[in-house]
Amino acid sequence: MSDVLAGPLVRVEASADQRLMRAGLWLAGGFLLLALGLPMAVLLSRAFEDQSGHFVGLANFATYVSTPALLRSAWNSIWTAALTMVIVVPLAFTYGYALARSRLPFKPVFRAVMLLPILAPSLLPALSLIYLFGNQGMLRWMLPMENIYGAPGIIVAQVFSTFPSAAIILSVALATADARLYEAAEALKAGRARIFATVTLPGARFGIVSAAVVTFTAVVTDFGIPKVIGGQFPVLATDVYKQVVGLQDFNMGAVVGLVLLLPALLAFALQRWAEGKRAATLTGRAVPLVPKRRLARDLPLTLFCVAMAGVLVGIVAVAAWGSLVRFWPWNLSLTLDNYDFGRFDSSGWGAVGTSIRMALTTACIGTAIVFLGAYVMERAPRLSGGDGALRGAVGLLATVPLAIPGLVLGLAYILFFNHPANPLGFLYGTLAILVLNSLVHFYTVGHLAATTAIRQLDPEFEAVGASLKVPVWETLRRVTLPICLPAILEIWVYLFVTAMTTVSGVIFLYGPDTKPASVSVVHMDEAGQASAAAAMACVLLGVAILAKLAQMGVGALTARRTQGWRRR
Amino acid sequence: MRFAFIAAGLLAVLPLTEAEAQSRTRLTVYTALENEQLAPFKAAAEAAVRDIEVVWVRDSTGVITARLIAERQNPRADVVWGLSVYSLLQMEALEMLEGYTPAGADALRANMRSDRSPMTWTGMDAFVSTICFNTAVAAQRNLPRPTSWADLLDPRFRNQVAMPNPSSSGTGFLTVAGWMGSMGEANAWTYMTRLHDNIQVYTHSGSAPCNNAARGEYGVGISLDMRAVTLRNQGAPIEVIIPTDGVGFDLEGTAIMRGTRNLDAAKRLADFAVSRPAMEQYGRFYALLAMPGVDATVRNYPPEFAQRLVNVNFRETALQRDRILREWSQRFDGKSAPR
Repeated sequence: MSDVLAGPLVRVEASADQRLMRAGLWLAGGFLLLALGLPMAVLLSRAFEDQSGHFVGLANFATYVSTPALLRSAWNSIWTAALTMVIVVPLAFTYGYALARSRLPFKPVFRAVMLLPILAPSLLPALSLIYLFGNQGMLRWMLPMENIYGAPGIIVAQVFSTFPSAAIILSVALATADARLYEAAEALKAGRARIFATVTLPGARFGIVSAAVVTFTAVVTDFGIPKVIGGQFPVLATDVYKQVVGLQDFNMGAVVGLVLLLPALLAFALQRWAEGKRAATLTGRAVPLVPKRRLARDLPLTLFCVAMAGVLVGIVAVAAWGSLVRFWPWNLSLTLDNYDFGRFDSSGWGAVGTSIRMALTTACIGTAIVFLGAYVMERAPRLSGGDGALRGAVGLLATVPLAIPGLVLGLAYILFFNHPANPLGFLYGTLAILVLNSLVHFYTVGHLAATTAIRQLDPEFEAVGASLKVPVWETLRRVTLPICLPAILEIWVYLFVTAMTTVSGVIFLYGPDTKPASVSVVHMDEAGQASAAAAMACVLLGVAILAKLAQMGVGALTARRTQGWRRR
Repeated sequence: MRFAFIAAGLLAVLPLTEAEAQSRTRLTVYTALENEQLAPFKAAAEAAVRDIEVVWVRDSTGVITARLIAERQNPRADVVWGLSVYSLLQMEALEMLEGYTPAGADALRANMRSDRSPMTWTGMDAFVSTICFNTAVAAQRNLPRPTSWADLLDPRFRNQVAMPNPSSSGTGFLTVAGWMGSMGEANAWTYMTRLHDNIQVYTHSGSAPCNNAARGEYGVGISLDMRAVTLRNQGAPIEVIIPTDGVGFDLEGTAIMRGTRNLDAAKRLADFAVSRPAMEQYGRFYALLAMPGVDATVRNYPPEFAQRLVNVNFRETALQRDRILREWSQRFDGKSAPR
């Protein structure tokens, strides 16, 4: 209904707005092309060359297909990712459902705990699992199989680390329901199961598909977890590592990198399909759903959330304890020596400072770019009537980073930015390139969050603004930004936290004075200093928690002013 | 405003940089040395060569080599100091190394320096593959103490051994190259096929088998000597065993990157890297040094290992590397489902 009305109204747009939005779209496209498209093109072209740079067509792919071990990795990647997805999505759905649709007590606490896994470097859960279920582990007796290494370890650790992303997406999807639908269903005497199947699930369908796609892709591209706990169980991401770091064969690395893009692209096609079936969930007339008290639903959900949160906190707590231990498992006396990082790594505590500077810059610049990029993408076509191809290209570029392993992106950055002919070469070796790399690497999730938030707003807002002759940036400043502020803060904290903990992309890019703490964690673990590595991981976790608390504080302070409309 | 800041900043550091800039050249040195070696090596180099400043970029052998090769068109490193000879030979083949014979390099052992003239690289020290044997785990699981590679074929070690995957790790490759050097290639393949039954895991990092043996995850980790000795000195219940039937070894070496913008300073650092004071520094961490007659002072090093080194032809092995690894993957990577 509203779309029909919005259509003709927006066409009467002032041309200054049109030009501005189109320029914004070109700018967003230009940025993504420069920071993502061109570097990846330079790297992926290597897939069609031999070691000395001659064009060889598909010869590398022929070699790839003829190596049985490599095809097995592809299969392993797919089934572990699928299984992780099948486990994570229902768990995250239930958790998100409890947050959005029940009278769960202490919701802010559960909302914060849910994020723990992305606040810490991925080495932390891996170490925890070894402390708990390794061959000397405290809970080893609980293990049904001979040891945790291999597929079981990968799946358990991946479930832990992908849970927050899936839970964020699903809790947002479930939070934006129109109470009028439920009132109508109840008036029609539909049973609870029927309402769930015909109103709740279809309403959350896009969220479910997104969560599944994000989980699947994250598992397929992650190499940190299979490297530490996967044993010799080969997956595509460790194959890239083997080709690039073990054999320095960038051509084969590019081939595997391209193959890695396939399942991810397939997943995106699926997401696009689901997206096509979905209109704005929150029209200008929607009434927010406020769950009523009902013990039969609230009690089991509360118990579930307590158990889930307990597991998440437990895994982190074990690693925190590990950081205080002298030498696990032989000398369990407690000490703070592991926090004296200068003893283990020449950059010492300085690395933490580097990480904070890098993460702050990434979060501040990144949030602006990601949000405005999503905004012009979502709203430009309505205003300028056209530019569909450009919009599609920008949209694709914005969703691709999720499917690129950090290692591949890092290598692409060396080849592109370090090229003697590149005028941007001065960025190389500075903090700026680390910022750019992290920003682009984690672009997709921020972009999806921004898009979701903007789509919840009926385009009627812009249409009304336009008919009142208010310039588009005024509508943006006075309506869109305040309403989307929670999402903007979420994106900020997401970029901050991921930039603090990322390893795979930046390991190729840091310079003598810009070694981030997340890389120190890996170095200390490789040097056999597991406790010191856990300690540094805990410091990063602490900083991330502070950032999260700051975001929650700012959110609470501004909610009164900007989110009053959500209350009934 | 911003300009004012920059100007103020420049004024503040000007007196300092003027003096510094005249005397000190900043050399970017890529390295795979261990973290604890960086500070003393830097201090020693800067004390001996007064007009340079060493700034490190350190990472694992694989990552540093990949970075160097990826940066080939526009090298960022001036010098490589402390990197596997296999990586150096790989870069030599790509014409990435500057030919220069450092003063005094002729005094090094013949098999521990480049055979080209002028030299493309010079050796520092040798490291070998070792067995990290966890005595606490051995008591728990009743494992015998191995003294040779052959001992590891004992069925009692079934699923007790961890070893680095040679495709991911330089340590893994030097171990395999060592077996081929001592047993001959055909016998080495037979040996590895039998050893495969006892392997619990092939790791992606050369240190991981020993780190995990130290944590008691496995009874036996095949790794490199330096890591084993460090862990032992940290208090891990492991014994560092140099197998009696011959061990493969690798060198750490120094090279100047072709295309460096600081060639003169790089040459002076290369001169220092082969000098006696430098060798004494290496001797605090490694037992076999490139310069004969320098005493190593490292603690807890098994003294007998120098006689057990297998004769490895580095250049020959480097040329065979791709073929060996391909075959290795074919044989062992494929059947890697956890058992």
